[in-house]
Amino acid sequence: MGYIENIYCDKILGGLVLNLEKKIERLTLILRLNGELDMHTASMVRQAIDIEIDKRGIRTVILNFQDVQFVDSSGLGVILGRYKKLLPLGGKLKITNVPPHIYKIMELSGLPKIISFYLDEAHAYEEGRGA
Amino acid sequence: MKTNHISLTFTSISENVALTRLIIASVGAQLDLPLNDIEELKVAVSEAVSNAIIHGYSNSPDYIVFLDLDFEDGTLKIEVRDEGCGIANIEQAMQPAYSTDPERMGLGFVFMQSFMDELQVESTPEVGTTVTMMKHFKQIPISSH
Repeated sequence: MGYIENIYCDKILGGLVLNLEKKIERLTLILRLNGELDMHTASMVRQAIDIEIDKRGIRTVILNFQDVQFVDSSGLGVILGRYKKLLPLGGKLKITNVPPHIYKIMELSGLPKIISFYLDEAHAYEEGRGA
Repeated sequence: MKTNHISLTFTSISENVALTRLIIASVGAQLDLPLNDIEELKVAVSEAVSNAIIHGYSNSPDYIVFLDLDFEDGTLKIEVRDEGCGIANIEQAMQPAYSTDPERMGLGFVFMQSFMDELQVESTPEVGTTVTMMKHFKQIPISSH
């Protein structure tokens, strides 16, 4: 049985800077991001993922970017950092639902060369489970 | 095409990076720029301002960052200045994948260079750093508002 947890970051001008929705199923963490991923919100994402890896033994992290409006190099840094943290643990980081303008930035950074991208959460979840 | 100038001084806290993106997006919208161009300007500004806070001021929230936007003769000039520690070796700092922090990708200057037409970095150790970026727009429709 999984569970869902919502973490809210601060609000500016009536809009959320970044909202995280966590869903955990067995040893997989699905993190749905909603908002902007920059140096300010990157630390929140780092903490939200690391606590599950360290305390709960999560080994697969799926990041759903469907509702992400902005990413810069600080945001990409936190993704790469989680990939590097999971690698020696035998874990995996997967990214899904990336909007085209966000993918452009990711492509320029070379991220798709090392991290697996999926159409949606279902594809990411099934892959690697032998299903 | 109207000329425009915006000057902003703000505290070196990470929350303010989003504010600078809102400003550049508003300026881009005033100029009737395509959404794609606005997205690229937002990334360039975000990188320059983040650098000022993270590197110039070592993430200390007690300093001031200066942002100047100028639009004249079809050219948008963005200047981000800090009075922080400065960069000893600008050439090294601007290399792709160079970073002082393993959690970061060292892509700030790469994005600024990719999304802007001109990039200039002036820095003096212990005095500060000024990043000047230019983007030339040739055929912007004259806005009715």
